Amino acid sequence: MKIKSNIATSENGFIFNPATGDSFSGNAIAALLLLAMKSGKTESEIKQDILNRYNVSERQLDLDWEDWTVQLKEANLLETEG
Amino acid sequence: MPNKYSNLCIAVTGLNANDNPGPGMAVIRSLREAFGAGLRVIGLSYESLEPGIYLREHVNKTYQIPYPTEGTSALLERLAYIHQQENLDVVIPNFDSELFNFIKIAPQLQQMGIATLLPSQQQLALRDKVNLKDFGTKNGFYVPADHKIYHADELKKAADEFNFPMVIKGKFYDAYVVYTMDQALKAFHQLNATWGVPVIAQQFITGTEINIAALGDGKGNNTSVVAMRKLYITDKGKAWAGVTIKEDKLIELAGNFAKATNWKGSYEMEIMSNAEGHLYILEINPRFPAWIYLTAAAGQNQPEAMVKMALGDDVLPYTDYQAGKLFVRYSWDHIADISDFQHISVFGEL
Repeated sequence: MKIKSNIATSENGFIFNPATGDSFSGNAIAALLLLAMKSGKTESEIKQDILNRYNVSERQLDLDWEDWTVQLKEANLLETEG
Repeated sequence: MPNKYSNLCIAVTGLNANDNPGPGMAVIRSLREAFGAGLRVIGLSYESLEPGIYLREHVNKTYQIPYPTEGTSALLERLAYIHQQENLDVVIPNFDSELFNFIKIAPQLQQMGIATLLPSQQQLALRDKVNLKDFGTKNGFYVPADHKIYHADELKKAADEFNFPMVIKGKFYDAYVVYTMDQALKAFHQLNATWGVPVIAQQFITGTEINIAALGDGKGNNTSVVAMRKLYITDKGKAWAGVTIKEDKLIELAGNFAKATNWKGSYEMEIMSNAEGHLYILEINPRFPAWIYLTAAAGQNQPEAMVKMALGDDVLPYTDYQAGKLFVRYSWDHIADISDFQHISVFGEL
């Protein structure tokens, strides 16, 4: 799962899709996740980082991650897997 | 260092910077940015209250010109007079309704030493609202289905086929989205009274509104293509804010249009991208759009390129522009003196 390479993200969570003109405002965690995904980190690396930094159970994280990826797909921000 | 573009004199129409603005002021802004302080801008106006007439820091002098209905002789005569006063290098017409006349007199203007970059009458007709569906069918473009309506009772057939909402469009300008037969009839009568028949009833396409500003070289290529997504739309359907976007299939669409028509000069494609990602062409305007300064801001100054091409220079096609450049239009009460209004009204010059 990869964020489209042309998607512009800012440190404060603002996301702009230059192909469609869509823009989204994310919270601090969204900004962190996007930055990590754009830097090429894998899903498990990102999840491990979060588990290390925040007081969250693995099960809750998995659920939230699933919700996050659904939102990314709906927003058309993910590369189409070929 | 002065160059051949340092002291150009360029005449521009479309000074009506109102709530449905003509492109003139945006064209002038782009030209001033490109050609600097030596540029002399001559405004060509139709009415005494076109705001550009009074924006003297942008428009050096304005001359009224005859309405398109007065024909080509009157226009040519007036331009000859203006040329005598100003020694024009280039003229840029910015209204659909005046293009027929300007194209017709372009050879005489050229003889007088006034350059233009305009499509042919045939190219102009191809993208006419009345012919657009046929053009699309022939060349493989998505264009909403339409009916040409000459009598109000023909609206029923269109409504039966398209259902509501549908779009009722004037031959030259204006469009209404209608939801009932009453609204459709009202729109038909209004548009018929203003622009005459046929009025066009068009299938309503939902999706994202995108505009493309492009400049064709007359040989099947585009020198520039910039796409913009409308972010704020007025009740007249005009973009009041927008952002540049970059998507290969939009550039390709404009490329296909240039190839199919050998379009020469500026044009704007009004696109609706539907849920399936099909790019429906709603209209093709044969001139710069009012948001043309955004092309300059994004790195492709189309009015500058047009002037250079009109003067016979080779302009390398632009290859890139900045996505994410935003425009937000605003209105401003400009203050002028009644004597200015009097001068343009009485003498046709200011």
